[in-house]
Amino acid sequence: MSELNKNASNDIVASHGDKFTDPGIPAHKERMSDKDPAAAKRAEHQSAFLFTLSIIGTITAVVVYFAIRPEGTVTSVRNANLALGIAIAFALLGIGLGAIHWAKALMSDHEVIDERHPIVSSDEDRAGAIEALEAGVKDANIGRRTVLKGSAVTALGLFPLTIAVPLVSSVGNDWDVSKFRHTLWEKGKRLTTDPAGRPVKASEITVGSVVHIIPEVSEEERASHAWISEKAKAVVLLVRLDPKDLKETEERKSWSYDGIVAYSKICTHVGCPVALYEQQTHHLLCPCHQSTFDVADGAKVVFGPAKRALPQLPITVDDEGYLIAQDDFNEPIGPSYWERLK
Amino acid sequence: MTTTTPSKVAGAADYLDQRTSIGTVVKNFARKVFPDHWSFLLGEIALYSFVVLLISGFFLTMFFVPSMGLTTYHGPVASMDGQLMSEAFASTLRLSFEVRGGLLMRQVHHWAALLFMAAIVTHMMRVFFTGAFRKPRELNWLIGCLLMILGLAGGFTGYSLPDDVLSGNGLRITDGVVKAIPVIGSYMSYFVFGGEFPGEDIIPRLFSLHVMVVPALILSFVGLHLLFVVLHKHTQYPGGGRTNTNVVGFPLFPVYVAKAGGFFFVVFGVLVLMGGTMAINNVWNYGPYDPSPVSAGAQPDWYMLFLEGSLRLMPGQAEIVIAGYTLSLNVLIPAMIIPGLLFTFLFVYPFVEAKVTGDKREHHVLDRPRNVPVRTGLGVAFLTAFIVLAVAGSNDLVATHFHMSLNAITWILRILLFVGPVIAFWITKRICLSLQRKDRELVLHGHETGKIVRFANGEYIEVHRPLNEQERWLRVNYDAHRPLEIEPAEDSRGVRRKSYKQDRRWQKLSRFFYEDRVEPVRPSELHEVQGHGELEGGPVAAELNS
Amino acid sequence: MKALAARRHHRFTPVVIVMFALLVVGGIYAAFAPSSAQADTATNQDIQEGEKLFLANCATCHGANAEGSDIYPSLIGVGAAAVDFQVGTGRMPMQASGPQAPAKPAQMNETQTKQLSAYVASLGPGPSIPSAEQVDPEKGDIANGAAIFRTNCAMCHNAVGAGGALSEGKFAPSLWETTPTHLYEAMLTGPQSMPVFNDGTLTSEEKRDVIAFVVDQREGSAGGLSLGSLGPVSEGVWVWIVGMGALIGAAVWIGAKSS
Repeated sequence: MSELNKNASNDIVASHGDKFTDPGIPAHKERMSDKDPAAAKRAEHQSAFLFTLSIIGTITAVVVYFAIRPEGTVTSVRNANLALGIAIAFALLGIGLGAIHWAKALMSDHEVIDERHPIVSSDEDRAGAIEALEAGVKDANIGRRTVLKGSAVTALGLFPLTIAVPLVSSVGNDWDVSKFRHTLWEKGKRLTTDPAGRPVKASEITVGSVVHIIPEVSEEERASHAWISEKAKAVVLLVRLDPKDLKETEERKSWSYDGIVAYSKICTHVGCPVALYEQQTHHLLCPCHQSTFDVADGAKVVFGPAKRALPQLPITVDDEGYLIAQDDFNEPIGPSYWERLK
Repeated sequence: MTTTTPSKVAGAADYLDQRTSIGTVVKNFARKVFPDHWSFLLGEIALYSFVVLLISGFFLTMFFVPSMGLTTYHGPVASMDGQLMSEAFASTLRLSFEVRGGLLMRQVHHWAALLFMAAIVTHMMRVFFTGAFRKPRELNWLIGCLLMILGLAGGFTGYSLPDDVLSGNGLRITDGVVKAIPVIGSYMSYFVFGGEFPGEDIIPRLFSLHVMVVPALILSFVGLHLLFVVLHKHTQYPGGGRTNTNVVGFPLFPVYVAKAGGFFFVVFGVLVLMGGTMAINNVWNYGPYDPSPVSAGAQPDWYMLFLEGSLRLMPGQAEIVIAGYTLSLNVLIPAMIIPGLLFTFLFVYPFVEAKVTGDKREHHVLDRPRNVPVRTGLGVAFLTAFIVLAVAGSNDLVATHFHMSLNAITWILRILLFVGPVIAFWITKRICLSLQRKDRELVLHGHETGKIVRFANGEYIEVHRPLNEQERWLRVNYDAHRPLEIEPAEDSRGVRRKSYKQDRRWQKLSRFFYEDRVEPVRPSELHEVQGHGELEGGPVAAELNS
Repeated sequence: MKALAARRHHRFTPVVIVMFALLVVGGIYAAFAPSSAQADTATNQDIQEGEKLFLANCATCHGANAEGSDIYPSLIGVGAAAVDFQVGTGRMPMQASGPQAPAKPAQMNETQTKQLSAYVASLGPGPSIPSAEQVDPEKGDIANGAAIFRTNCAMCHNAVGAGGALSEGKFAPSLWETTPTHLYEAMLTGPQSMPVFNDGTLTSEEKRDVIAFVVDQREGSAGGLSLGSLGPVSEGVWVWIVGMGALIGAAVWIGAKSS
């Protein structure tokens, strides 16, 4: 360490003889209000005016609060907010500007000098501190009593467990992370529109259509909190393409129905709903981080921060022509996690 | 004024002093000197925004219900009538539309949060570029960095509370990022959300963090931060009479009580004006949280944009699978490593600079940024990276407003993230060195006066007016640090020094900092130049005047 | 059942089946196609005038018989609604090739647009222009419209219809200036990048609810100036410009020596 320091400071010392001297604090310039009593009076009046403005602002704010009642319409709420905001702003700015103007124009502007002292304690104090600590150590005889010391440290180290264990074990609910793997989709589950919950017929979907889909569940179930967590995994985007635009692998040929394909709406990047479907390019864009998926080609990633294609929901139609799922997704939906493939 | 008043005041003071020894405190603090400069008020903007946050936040807690319990809304907001939503969202609507002054307080609170972070960042820039983090203030710089991170935490936890679609998608992104953590990711997600996303716990959890833990921490660290300011006494800009052993300025009482106290009201006033006139985070536009919808322009508040941008710029190929386990480097790098690098730079910089400068003195006089070109360059490079990331976080809006392709912008910014800081560093360093040379030039040759003089022999020169003492002092009073010199590899007895290699590395870094430098003018140099006589008062001018 | 099975091999069976299928398709179409209220008013003369306009303005790209080409879409069967939207909002005729055809001041007047729509509608059956009642925002349910808008529209057009970016220079336009009829037609026909929301996936009433919500957003923001309703980025820009701008200004004033 010490060998590193023999540089600049030496240099400065060496050239000390050839340095400019500090000219000292610049001469004080008198203000208008110092020279001219009329100007001082004027400044006083200005400050007082600003304080008065504040008083008026406060009174106006109280009056506005009682007088302008928003009636729930956007315009009335906006007007009430605006009136109250401006009145309070006057009340506050009046005080602020008045006080600052007072300080600037009327309080002494002669600069004052304070001495600084090194931050380090004096040698005497340092010696005193060490002495005090040593005396304490000696009193308690800490150096000798190793068992006592060890047990005290261990006790202190362990006791946080009494709070941490109950906290950690309850904070993650049941800690059953296998729930990520399953969604509400199952064989025969109807595809219904989001948010209305209307079942969808294959015949209703024209080429270029996109339908946001949720699994069919009862109205009551949809009003429950558990539904939100399930919906977070189950949302699907249904798109109909011209079958000749669709590139499908052999195994997935049976997953679509007459050009209608269904993909998980949850981005494989960090889980935003991927929903910007461009009808002409068949590209699906995520508005959060712009991962782009090609719906015509297995929803593979064509741009952006996602790596994996969107999971596909295998679909077909039931006897009445309504679209149904053949099964759950064959892989976990949404963002990647460590044990995803296990 | 009646005679009873002063005696009453004196009586109260006496009562208090007998119980608190406040007399000593007042004696020591009332006339404490603070130097005057506008840039010293940036930290105050942050402090006052925080006070406004506490006041408006208290108001909001009176009406906000931090619950994810479902309820059907019936009220004045037509677009939300009959909708199923959480209590949190419904109470946000109620406190905005039915509690008079509630909307104003909500908007003031949110503007204050944005301003708080903006002021912190600007304040940090001032401290960084003027070298106010040097000894003895390194610890206070660390506290400041911590406050900045706590500010981010406060903003993040508050942003999500109304449980709207926009912030809900923000939480979903958080969930995605948390899941990407190797080995424990899915458990961490359960830890945060109390089960599967979104669960029923996250809003109450964020609420207790937002109204209790984070503000308590901010408040304690702000206290410590200010305690250090008092202990160290404020830094001052260089100038005549301002030395390392004094502080020149105005007394706390009355000047700073009026100026700083007044400034609090100005900050508050500006925030209320903004809250009254400019809409912010009108959550009824986004609707109650539902995992299906998302809106264009899905972004976090500005101070989180760098993270958002970092996620947007990262190409997806980085996700890898090792022995069947998925490692989402496409998320980990932008969401953890990049901010980690940025924060680490901030935390360690003062110590690195002290080491390569080999400087153990206390510094109370600030640097002019030009006099430390590499530091200034690094600071600008850092800001460039931050801004590139923030722009990347807004790339969809850049696309629509400047009629550009989203994909092209992303590619440009990917490249700019690496190239931009290097270019910014190089340009800034060059500008600093040029400014220093310009200073030398001014000190040596004075101001141009525009007066052209012709000598008898036909030579023309322009008369220059020399700088006055104050102007000159400002330009010559700095240290041009030199690279470290280290001891040779072997000591005097020919034994190889163990630390030599390490010293060499530090020396290399030190060279990077101080190899290029402009020395301040010395009196002897000035004397020599004055001999040429182009300055006013020199031989030429004397000839001219005669 | 036995009788039916026997007749299945009758030589007229295919004809009957085809007739039946046509009837079903026609029936479904009649049930789901928007009522063609405007159709009655289109006269033969309109169609003839429309054809002239088509040949002069559109045929270069879409072909003399509106059959289209590899690049330009066929207009047979796109219906009057598509023409009314594309021409009425000035998107067509396109001025220059680009990522997409932007809206601009309409080149054709109302009559010409109507004639052109009538001509294209005569080429093949397609969605027709909605009636005034179908697009009346007063009759829509704003709250239901908001819910549908959030799920189906907001990801591209922004939460309140301010517009947003798509890939490769394309964008979803702002909806604040669009007329209710054009909003309806856009949903019905899915112009350019926009997907189709036919009456099967989004009923006529639901479309009207969406229109009611979009129109309701034009009242502005309850909080004050809407700052473009662009969300946190514009709020961030404004806090730096207005907030930090004003306060740094104030700080400079405080720090400056009084004259």
